[in-house]
Amino acid sequence: MTDYILLLIGTVLVNNFVLVQFLGLCPFMGVSSRTETAIGMSFATTFVMTLASLLSYLVTTYILTPLNIEYLTTMSFILVIAVVVQFTEMVVHKTSTSLYRLLGIFLPLITTNCAVLGVALLNLRLEHNFFESIVYGFGAAAGFSLVLVMFSAMREKLTNADVPAPFKGAAIAMITAGLMSLAFMGFSGLVKM
Amino acid sequence: MNLLIAILVLGLISAFFGAILGYASIRFHVESDPIVEQIDALLPQTQCGQCGYPGCKPYAEAITNGEVINKCAPGGEDTIKKIADLLGVDVEPLDENHELDKKPTVAFIIEEDCIGCTKCIQACPVDAILGAAKQMHTIIIDECTGCDLCVAPCPVDCIEMRPIPETIQNWQWDLNKIAVKQLD
Repeated sequence: MTDYILLLIGTVLVNNFVLVQFLGLCPFMGVSSRTETAIGMSFATTFVMTLASLLSYLVTTYILTPLNIEYLTTMSFILVIAVVVQFTEMVVHKTSTSLYRLLGIFLPLITTNCAVLGVALLNLRLEHNFFESIVYGFGAAAGFSLVLVMFSAMREKLTNADVPAPFKGAAIAMITAGLMSLAFMGFSGLVKM
Repeated sequence: MNLLIAILVLGLISAFFGAILGYASIRFHVESDPIVEQIDALLPQTQCGQCGYPGCKPYAEAITNGEVINKCAPGGEDTIKKIADLLGVDVEPLDENHELDKKPTVAFIIEEDCIGCTKCIQACPVDAILGAAKQMHTIIIDECTGCDLCVAPCPVDCIEMRPIPETIQNWQWDLNKIAVKQLD
């Protein structure tokens, strides 16, 4: 049990996907200008990442490894992710039209979000078992969500802030992201993996 | 042999996922409520044309095609906010060109001059004008939205917009008159 909690904390804070491993930067910059959109994106990504890491584990362990065709992992993972994203899109469209419109183009773009493919491939490389894979996927998504929501809150404040003209817009957002990344380096001693 | 297995396995996985998606698209099928209808439902339906479009529906269609959302004067800030929430865009202040006169008005027909041409009746979006051909017309004040669409078609210029006199029945607190200043 302790192992799983440590893995979760380690993934959310210490090895944060966005700020430490620099995966999934596209939605991090793209969907963070409004907090509501960021929260919606966080939920969609969390769902997709958790389910994708679960399914990709099953596909590797029970299909690819026994048949000795591991070289197909990346390809089959992309297939799995695309299906999960498409499925999520249908469910979101059915359940919440406003969230569907808020997410807009970013929902299909989760397919090409490197964090999602990254979590599936890292699960494989770190030789996680079934539950560890799920925890790792969920932890990665939780870390992504945490950082995305915090960053979007900061950007909302920044739109009203008195920023010097050369730093306005994307420049100050980049600087903020860099400072957040520095701050997250402070977590590096928290968990010994 | 190995190659055949690879092709077969990937094909099977694809077919399986395809089947799931096919089922999901039936199970989660959405009777899509086109966004035009949703915007149209938020607009006040006065059909006043102050936005520059012939009515609320055409303006709703224009919004979906990228028109700005701040042109509806009768709806005011409230409608703009609702549309902004629906579309996920930022709230904009009401366009000044479309801002209402602060004083609410109603149309008034100078009855001695009315020739009974029914042109204003056809122009009225809310059926607030009573009358028949060659008979004098009059305005039902309670129905009139003050959109002044009936003023232009009148051939004898007998319609004028009159401010609604303030009575105890329609008087409202004007709290915005006292400027509220935020202290740092």
